[in-house]
Amino acid sequence: MSDAPLLQMEDLRVHFDTDEGIVKAVDGVSLVVNRGEMLGIVGESGSGKSVANMTILGLTRASNASISGRISFEGKELTTMEGEELRAIRGNEISMIFQDPLSSLHPFYKVGRQLVEAVRVHQDVSKEAALARSIELLGLVGIPDPERRVGEYPHEFSGGMRQRVMIAMALTNDPKLLIADEPTTALDVTTQAQILKLIERLRQEFGMAVIMITHDLGVVAEVADRVMVMYAGRGVESGTLEQVFYDPQHPYTWGLLGSLTRIDRPRTARLAQIAGQPPSLISLPEGCHFRNRCPHSFAKCTSTPPLEQRGGEPGHTDRCWLDPERKQALRVVSTGEFGLEAA
Amino acid sequence: MTGRAGEPILEVDHLVKHFPIKAGILFDHQIGAVQAVDDVSFTVNRGETLGLVGESGCGKSTLARTILQLIEPTSGSVRFEGNEITGLKSGKLRSLRPRMQMIFQDPYASLNPRKRVAQIVGDPMRLHGIVSRDGTHDAVRELLERVGLNPEHYNRFPHEFSGGQRQRIGIARALSLNPKLIIADEPVSALDVSIQAQIINLLEDLQGEFGLTYVFVAHDLGVVRHVADRIAVMYLGKIVEIGPADEVYANPIHPYTLSLLSAVPIPDPRANAARKQIVLEGDVPSPANPPPACRFHTRCPFATEICSTEEPPLIDHGKDHFAACHHPLDREGRPRDKGRAPAPA
Repeated sequence: MSDAPLLQMEDLRVHFDTDEGIVKAVDGVSLVVNRGEMLGIVGESGSGKSVANMTILGLTRASNASISGRISFEGKELTTMEGEELRAIRGNEISMIFQDPLSSLHPFYKVGRQLVEAVRVHQDVSKEAALARSIELLGLVGIPDPERRVGEYPHEFSGGMRQRVMIAMALTNDPKLLIADEPTTALDVTTQAQILKLIERLRQEFGMAVIMITHDLGVVAEVADRVMVMYAGRGVESGTLEQVFYDPQHPYTWGLLGSLTRIDRPRTARLAQIAGQPPSLISLPEGCHFRNRCPHSFAKCTSTPPLEQRGGEPGHTDRCWLDPERKQALRVVSTGEFGLEAA
Repeated sequence: MTGRAGEPILEVDHLVKHFPIKAGILFDHQIGAVQAVDDVSFTVNRGETLGLVGESGCGKSTLARTILQLIEPTSGSVRFEGNEITGLKSGKLRSLRPRMQMIFQDPYASLNPRKRVAQIVGDPMRLHGIVSRDGTHDAVRELLERVGLNPEHYNRFPHEFSGGQRQRIGIARALSLNPKLIIADEPVSALDVSIQAQIINLLEDLQGEFGLTYVFVAHDLGVVRHVADRIAVMYLGKIVEIGPADEVYANPIHPYTLSLLSAVPIPDPRANAARKQIVLEGDVPSPANPPPACRFHTRCPFATEICSTEEPPLIDHGKDHFAACHHPLDREGRPRDKGRAPAPA
């Protein structure tokens, strides 16, 4: 094992040409995933978090898509990789689980058959050996009585159990990177707690890295080592959990943290809110994408701030032109802990 | 009928809704029932917000709809402003409808895509004779402005709005009839975090302005923490705990409430790491075949024999805080009768 990052994404852009115009779903995302770590990516719908991650696996190569930038996985370039070579990585070294486990499983085939297929695509083993491996995996992800359940259909499983099946399938080939795209969003909180615990345990057992995509800052706080906050196709802030939660640098991050409802605090009189709506990805504002909703925007915001270290500690980067000292002052005088409302 | 704040506006008494499960080819016969709501009683006082929480399938949405008589209850009573509303004829019910309105979860499915905003918000007002035909236009514009929409968008169709804006249209529609009670079924769960805060603030402002009473149904315990004065926790068709919000969140009595609260990740890494978490095993049993006696006993870390033989009644634990449990928890989250109950594994 080397110290080089497992995955490195540099200035990724994914644009889709549609009848209404060019949709800039991902517009300059750079990130690094180290071996064995859990990176949380948070953002609202339309922030580009799913598209950026699907592009890692080459799942966004539609005829109307234009992809630029670099994605390097263990030194291999993924954006241009094709055919057999890409297939050898997809589902093998990098696997992915999705939000809706029911639509990710084929309803006609028994769970066992689908797992066996996933094993045999990448490993030259007999059906019997693959089935034994499938049963072992189902047991590993906490499905009781795996010998019996392997012969059941997806509809016979509950939501949480289906997500466990998906995780088992993702683990069949001992991946180095697991991309989990909102894996608990469709689940109840008590089931979510089970699945998050499971992913955390498996990450340690398998020593794999995980990209956890979510809209829930609570989930990030629970499992991630580092966080990247995305807004309108770009990463706007990136750092360790502690850095982003306790020393947030970007006004959008302040807004997110301020607008959260928490069960461990007495209720506040009023939630801090971010005014307005996220911009259309077809007609994004020039410069900082957040400037139309930001109460602190000024002339310089019409040019795009790069994601770099500004007011934060080393390793803590953001995309905001505000002077670091002014940020400190604004953050303190805003209502709520990190609320966004103008002073 | 202008009641004062603090008086009950809604009294639900032993309400039951069982959906029959039928089988048969030519002749249906009932082979069972989904016990969606089973013997639920509570009251809501004028001007307050009752939060109704629970996981999917616990019956909270069915309860909301049964209260409004959108689903006919199997048995039990619902009194609104002192009058029984179960079993009312449709005409009588219709004259009550304006006073009890609903806001739905899905801002896409709950607005008719072929109608303009002016019709969606204005038609109910005209049909109930609240405004004249000539006055509708101004009334709609006023409402749109009040819920934070541009009144110029009067003639647009729902698809021209974003999710948060559509939810504002749904709120304007509910408000258009001057209701006293609004039942909001997961009003913000389809929305992004930054938009959620906008809608929650709007609902709170409107409550003060129009003297509204809310029943706020949600699975997000953080959102309910913020809006509710009192909280009712449901599990498999039953209310297992109900009380003042601060009390229930700070000192949950029922083990289900405790585990539900402890399962919510806190968006603050240090506070999150410090919290004691109870991870429940397994899944929620089917409401078609719920466990006998205490319905939570199959997953409860503190269950003993009595829990599977005798149903615990919802009893008062002081401070208006009720719970249905044989082994109520103390402030440290341990059963008060430590001697009899086993320690959690």
